[in-house]
Amino acid sequence: MRNFSYSRAATSQEALTLIATLPNAKFLGGGTNLVDLMRENIEQPDALIDVTRLPSTGIKESGCGGVSIGAEVKNAAVANHPLIRQRYPLLSQAILFGASGQIRNVATVGGNMMQRTRCYYFYDKAARCNKRSPGLGCDAIDGFNRIHSVLGTSPHCIATHPSDMRVALAALGATVRVDGPAGEREIPFHEFHLLPGETPHIETALAPGELITSIELPPLAFAANSRYRKVRGRASYAFALVSVAAALEINNGQICNVRLALGGVAPKPWRAHQAEAALSGAPDKLDTFCLAVETELSPARGFRDNNFKIELAKRNIVSVLNELAEGEDKQRA
Amino acid sequence: MRWSPASRCSDALQEYPNLTGTKKDCNQGACGACTVLCDGERTLACLALAVQYEGAEITTIEGFCKDGELHPLQAALMEHDGFQCGYCTPGQICSAVGMMREFQAGLPSAVTADVSANALEFSDEEIKERMSGNLCRCGAYVGIRAAIHEAFRSGVPR
Repeated sequence: MRNFSYSRAATSQEALTLIATLPNAKFLGGGTNLVDLMRENIEQPDALIDVTRLPSTGIKESGCGGVSIGAEVKNAAVANHPLIRQRYPLLSQAILFGASGQIRNVATVGGNMMQRTRCYYFYDKAARCNKRSPGLGCDAIDGFNRIHSVLGTSPHCIATHPSDMRVALAALGATVRVDGPAGEREIPFHEFHLLPGETPHIETALAPGELITSIELPPLAFAANSRYRKVRGRASYAFALVSVAAALEINNGQICNVRLALGGVAPKPWRAHQAEAALSGAPDKLDTFCLAVETELSPARGFRDNNFKIELAKRNIVSVLNELAEGEDKQRA
Repeated sequence: MRWSPASRCSDALQEYPNLTGTKKDCNQGACGACTVLCDGERTLACLALAVQYEGAEITTIEGFCKDGELHPLQAALMEHDGFQCGYCTPGQICSAVGMMREFQAGLPSAVTADVSANALEFSDEEIKERMSGNLCRCGAYVGIRAAIHEAFRSGVPR
């Protein structure tokens, strides 16, 4: 690992001043991804600004039934918070399906938002990667691409984003609150992550020097009936091949509210807007679910080793929706 | 001892006199061998810079044996053949003690049927899932789980 300077910010103002003055600096959360990337010399900052000891904002109600989660809060604390477990169980589950207990104790919410891809070629400095070295090419497209994307790819990058937490946040339609040189602003979740296009090295809508300060969860009463399912190569402690985050409300046999997002299949947490539109107002039936997933996955394209993800995603979405529909039936019975 | 900002917690522990218990194995957060307790919570020493833990209390395996008496989990691991080569064992012990505290704090897991409910069952399935961040290449998992059951049957880890 290359050497660098380390500073610990006591306030967010100090953190913003430091990032504006120190050249080639990065914010440091728990470090479970960044420190590892630095060990591999994939990330080579000259300065780290530790933002884990800013005044704690914690997890609190934000009015009208919403919840605000401070960027410094550890993943395990989010998963175990009563407000999250009761109102947004899919978020609690998504976090518990991610990483290991040791990592969840350290990883922060803000850091998780910035977690980078686990594409083998991104990590392998002998390989070509447009994300690591823009313009060099992508060795994943014709390489071993079992873990790669089938939606939202570009001829320049087919890497997947690795986070579970962010898939749940996409389904919930969270808002990312940031502070920076231009002051505070809010970024809707669907605008936070960028698809690779011609610039796969630019992954988020954050401007230089901006710091994530909190995640705002909207009031969403029907999210109490929600679920996160993760399909992976082994039973635990592995990244998703496909994951599904869903919330469902049914009234008189009709779907009146639905949220759906996918992980493991795209360069960003994939909010399934097409499927949601097909499901909304439709009868609560297996046919409806099947039609909706066909609509969502019709643009999907595999790259050989990952072709299986398209069918795997379809089947798991249908199965999760079925489980949520049955759950609703039981509650009413 | 002095370390640079680039020294990771695992490096610092290895270089510290007489603290040879914490093992650095995969060096990338995949195996759990370097698990230590940081202010009572289990964490991976290889994925953190030493400087991040300034002011924190780090407990390594050396902190478990008090006055020559083994921690109940250490004794149970011997009783149940919970190791062969022993390389992963310090990490397994630190992880299991941290895991038990999480369980007692009511933290659900990926196999908990209903995360919105408060009831947790200290089952084999729960232990398996919660300990999945610690690999044992000798495959002593059955013995490790049996030892965890026995050591924590009557409650709080010390």
